[in-house]
Amino acid sequence: MKMTGAQIICESLVKEGVEVIFGILGGAVLPLYDTLPQYPKLRHILVRHEQGAAHAADGYARATGKVGVCMATSGPGAANLVTGIANAYLDSVPIVAITGQVARPFIGKDAFQEIDITGITLPITKHNYLVLDVDSLARVIKEAFYLARSGRPGPVLIDVPRDVFTEPAEFSYPSRVNLPGYKPTLQGHPAQIKKTAKLINEAQRPLIIAGRGVIISGAYAELKQLAETAQVPVVTTLLGISCFPEGHVLSLGMLGMHGMAYANMAVNAADVIIAIGMRFDDRATAKVSAFAPHARIIHIDIDPAEIGKNVRVDVPIVGDVKIILNALNKLIVSTEHIGWVQQLDDWRREHPSTVIRDSQGLLPQFVIRQIYEVTQGEATIVTGVGQNQMWAAHYYWYNRPNSLISSGGLGTMGFELPAAMGAKIGCPEDTVWCIAGDGGFQMTIQELATIVQEKVAVKIAIINNGYLGMVRQWQELFYERRYVATPLSGPDFVKIAEAYGIPGLKVRHKEEVIPAIEQAMAHQGPFLIDFVVEPEENVYPMVPPGASIAEILEEPKKEVAIWPQRSTP
Amino acid sequence: MAATKHTLVALVEDKPGVLNRMASLFRRRSFNIDSIAVGHSELPHLSRMTIVVNGAATMVEQVRKQLDKVIDVVKVSDITGDDVITRELALIKVHATASTRSEIIQIVDIFRANIVDVAADSLTIEVTGDEEKIESLFNLLRGFGIKELARTGCIAMNRGGSSPLRIEEKLPRFRNEKRKAP
Repeated sequence: MKMTGAQIICESLVKEGVEVIFGILGGAVLPLYDTLPQYPKLRHILVRHEQGAAHAADGYARATGKVGVCMATSGPGAANLVTGIANAYLDSVPIVAITGQVARPFIGKDAFQEIDITGITLPITKHNYLVLDVDSLARVIKEAFYLARSGRPGPVLIDVPRDVFTEPAEFSYPSRVNLPGYKPTLQGHPAQIKKTAKLINEAQRPLIIAGRGVIISGAYAELKQLAETAQVPVVTTLLGISCFPEGHVLSLGMLGMHGMAYANMAVNAADVIIAIGMRFDDRATAKVSAFAPHARIIHIDIDPAEIGKNVRVDVPIVGDVKIILNALNKLIVSTEHIGWVQQLDDWRREHPSTVIRDSQGLLPQFVIRQIYEVTQGEATIVTGVGQNQMWAAHYYWYNRPNSLISSGGLGTMGFELPAAMGAKIGCPEDTVWCIAGDGGFQMTIQELATIVQEKVAVKIAIINNGYLGMVRQWQELFYERRYVATPLSGPDFVKIAEAYGIPGLKVRHKEEVIPAIEQAMAHQGPFLIDFVVEPEENVYPMVPPGASIAEILEEPKKEVAIWPQRSTP
Repeated sequence: MAATKHTLVALVEDKPGVLNRMASLFRRRSFNIDSIAVGHSELPHLSRMTIVVNGAATMVEQVRKQLDKVIDVVKVSDITGDDVITRELALIKVHATASTRSEIIQIVDIFRANIVDVAADSLTIEVTGDEEKIESLFNLLRGFGIKELARTGCIAMNRGGSSPLRIEEKLPRFRNEKRKAP
């Protein structure tokens, strides 16, 4: 059937099961947008800045497990996507970005709104395409979606010149891809799996470090089975949070720079570490030469380039986490490590990392904990970057799979609002809470308009401390309290929300917290709460930069833990 | 860790931007590429690349894995330490006068190189061989005054029947599709 390039794109998107596109139009993509109304299955969400489109596609993809799609015009439109694409690249999130390009005769001539977006995004995409031939368009889209979602997922960009949108061509959607240079390994090597099983079965102090790979692979049950059968405690990376129920007796929470003290101590003491779908990021390992000094390390990851990149590995297994854990579980004998588990329990008691001290003022930790209480742990939490992110990681109790969405690798402030919007659009039945800092929130605040226009019922909690808080904390601890460029005078967020058409509340006192959260939950649409918290509250525990994971700064004063009792769910 | 010379060979899809993608991985890690040579391979639509870099073994291995992740790279292998044939071609334009010309020709003969251009004040020599041979010829000619030097960069191939770049799977797209005229 003869179609225009624009129709071929829309038709292919429908074939790929795309339901939502986040984007902003412009001259170069106008022919594509003009075609959109012919495809009512494709819902277009007009964001207010292209960065929001990429983050929204990212949040959508993380929440649904499907490929997120964003669109932008040539030049500034495409350039504005860059941060969002880089964010998706570092966190292995499947998104497809479609950008308009100037017409073919103008390429390379510094035409109006021309930018070499394939060149710019080369190091931050899994792959990218400049489509010069309308006949290859359907194949390119097929490949793009396949590449984005298979193997180690990641962003793929398709740059389409304006005149390719309008050129007619025969359309038939390919049923399969042919990429001789791309064959992700899924099955783990049997000999390596056997070796791993032997190590685990003989271990005295085994420990699992689980990352986002478990979530991507959907290996929740397999991980739980491994942990329970061999009685191996589980720590997670930041992005691994919610791959293993945090209320489980074997859960030790997050490791790393702001990890739980006992999680880091466990890493330091373990004799066998099973690293699953994680990449030994420097925020997780701290000083890499002092990481896990007593452990033999098993590394399970789908990306062979991650093996041995940061940390020496004794047994590498390349493949899909779920498939490998399934095979591994057949070889694991039921064991107990009573002494080890007891030791970890003692550490957990002696070094409680998520207690909230008694305070007259409003503590950010308290706010997060109350959001947990009111939502009964059933919400999807989307965070910004910095202190708000760490408090959200520490003080919410993640028992539901895939319930934390956060910018880990790139650490993109401003991710929270558009990503929460994408997550809510992808999973409209879920309660989505956007935990923002007053700094990051102002970086993508314009998406409040999108949320109103598209009636996206996200609940927004601003942890407002009047600082770029995490940087201020570093200045306090390592720069003798020289608060250079961190004090932040924000606007009245409640009035801002009101101007956009979103009801809001300002909360300054402890007793107002729960009623405010309840009011937000009871409200049908989006709702914003500006929590004005203690300005100089720090995130603890903390491993100072350059120190080893065992050198943990804990919060100076401690009160009694108020966590609910742990049980085996 | 000490930097050593590594030779990588790769089969890559014959598409715009592939060289860019590969070079970018070296650039990001501040590797200086000693030489890079690209040309058609025995398979239609696939080019063969030989890359010579200086770097620590672990870093080179990391780059090799990253190269392997580039979608357009079908296969890549580090053949350092293998039993390989390496060849490079150089054109050397050397200053020559009536009195030095015959001496230059003698040296060229010893090296089994060819004189491909003669002018009143210069000779242009074509020499093929491994890097060492080209270096030594260059050093001998240096005394006469080198006017210009162009080198292709090294290409390499394993001796005997084995090839680190053999492709096991069938590649229907490459076999059936004919190369489009540009």
